[in-house]
Amino acid sequence: MKKVYSRPRSLKKRSFHYCPGCGHSIIHRLISEVIDEMDLQDKIIGIPPPGCSVFAYNYLDIDMTECAHGRGAAVATGIKRASPNTVVFTYQGDGDLAAIGTAETIHAANREERITVIFVNNAVYGMTGGQMAPTTMLGQKTTTSPYGREVAKEGHTVKMSEILSMVEGAVYIERTAVNSPKNINKTKKAISKAFQVQIDDLGFSMVEILSPCPTNWKKDPLESWQWVDKEMVKTFPLSVIIDRTKVE
Amino acid sequence: MNKFLMSGNSVVAEAAIRAGCQCYFGYPITPQNELTEYMAKHLSRREGCAFVQAESEISAINMVFGASLTGARAMTSSSSPGISLKQEGISYLAVCELPAVIVNMQRGGPGLGSISASQSDYFQATRGGGHGDYRTIVLAPESGQELADLTKKAFDLADRYRTPLVILGDGMLGQMMEPVEFHEAATKKLPEKSWALKGAQKGPSRIIKSFTSIPGELEEINWRLFRKYRLIEKEEVEYETYMVEDAEMVVVAYGIAARIAKGSIKKARENNLKVGMLRPITLWPFPSEKLMDLAKRIKHFFVFEMNMGQMVEDVRLALEGKGQISFYGRPGGVIPTPSEIFRIISRHYYQKGLNR
Repeated sequence: MKKVYSRPRSLKKRSFHYCPGCGHSIIHRLISEVIDEMDLQDKIIGIPPPGCSVFAYNYLDIDMTECAHGRGAAVATGIKRASPNTVVFTYQGDGDLAAIGTAETIHAANREERITVIFVNNAVYGMTGGQMAPTTMLGQKTTTSPYGREVAKEGHTVKMSEILSMVEGAVYIERTAVNSPKNINKTKKAISKAFQVQIDDLGFSMVEILSPCPTNWKKDPLESWQWVDKEMVKTFPLSVIIDRTKVE
Repeated sequence: MNKFLMSGNSVVAEAAIRAGCQCYFGYPITPQNELTEYMAKHLSRREGCAFVQAESEISAINMVFGASLTGARAMTSSSSPGISLKQEGISYLAVCELPAVIVNMQRGGPGLGSISASQSDYFQATRGGGHGDYRTIVLAPESGQELADLTKKAFDLADRYRTPLVILGDGMLGQMMEPVEFHEAATKKLPEKSWALKGAQKGPSRIIKSFTSIPGELEEINWRLFRKYRLIEKEEVEYETYMVEDAEMVVVAYGIAARIAKGSIKKARENNLKVGMLRPITLWPFPSEKLMDLAKRIKHFFVFEMNMGQMVEDVRLALEGKGQISFYGRPGGVIPTPSEIFRIISRHYYQKGLNR
């Protein structure tokens, strides 16, 4: 019998601690599949953020470093500049990337840092208990927007991929989701492409992944997957946001 | 050996390059810009080296974090308000045991303060500065030559103890031009850092981290740091004594204040006042034992700082109630003259009847 599915080499043999229906475990698995397929395990360094995925280093069998909240792109810059032969990626949540780490992210993109950002957008602060994130949608209720996000009080939803698409050093940005087999496959392709952009020395790449957070959305896993399609994609359309790989 | 006439800021940069500094990350702030500019000119295009003008001091220190964890010799520099912003990163460097050299050319504070020389960041530098239970080695040069010598030493110490280290200068040291001799540039390859991340490279993957959800684990990390700090306290105290042999009164001062005080002590000696000086070169670890040793014979200590009294607390702690301690300070970026300090010293000297 032919074996068609097994644990990727760069994924440790350990059960995920993530909540049922959470997107992180899927995304971790996709990253390790890509690392295996591109044969990157020996030269890749990952930077997980403070947040639910701070323990990514317990699952991914690659060199990883802790870093301060929001500073992923700066730490990645330091690693890549000091050690250009490595492949460097940050794994950041929406609060980490689009609130406290906005400056680091925009400027790293602008400098065309050869780094890849995996941006997991679940529209809330997960680990701290479901507070409003910059990516929280209008009308969405969270523990710190209990009346629903309102523009006049809580401001607009921040669309980081679109903002970054205007930064010339951002070479490849795609928004995907992990709420269906089709989208999961697309996400894997996008991660692979983003790493390839870095390896080809083209510049900054990012994959924004819409990822369900059933616990803080107060929905069951199935409703959460559906909510991504019904609500999130209206604000965050799935597509290649920018592709400057072919432009000279 | 050739002598070069250079500003203190440029001296630090040149000495760092000669010491094998491969990565510099900075953000403009007066009065330390010449350091960043020197690095832009002399490091940024050097083979195997990196220079980035970061978008903030916070980013700069985190770039240092990234470069350091790959094993590169990395540094950043700033001045007081910028150093406050770097504290987050310094705390992470300390707990992750990553070597880094951080230069603070202090200016007047608090807040935006002034761009004039000051010593008001003593507490911040010697108590760790950021959150958590940690220390950084703090070196306090008093001249252009010592900026060169201590910068070289800084990289060696940071590597040896895997710790962030602060060079605590000030705006005057940074701006002042003095003749300096440099050590030869390192020709030997620096020792390999087995802990550095380079990708798993066929070996087991490695993690640099402090975060844990198990309380005992973090306590053990803190104990490990504490043991290291005890070792540094035992091995690395450095100070200079000046005319203490027959002194009735000892001035305790560091950095540019010590330089000013030396002028005052010369005047005092011309007036037959037996005044000497203890100049801590490492502010942490502090030369407490040496102070205690001096206190066996000398009863009067005069602490002079360009702040409202910060190091004087370490002098009190060191002396454990022995001797009499007076303090004179000028905060807010005011630089007193040797004559002014001489007047204060002699007033104390006569008031205490040390001339009799």
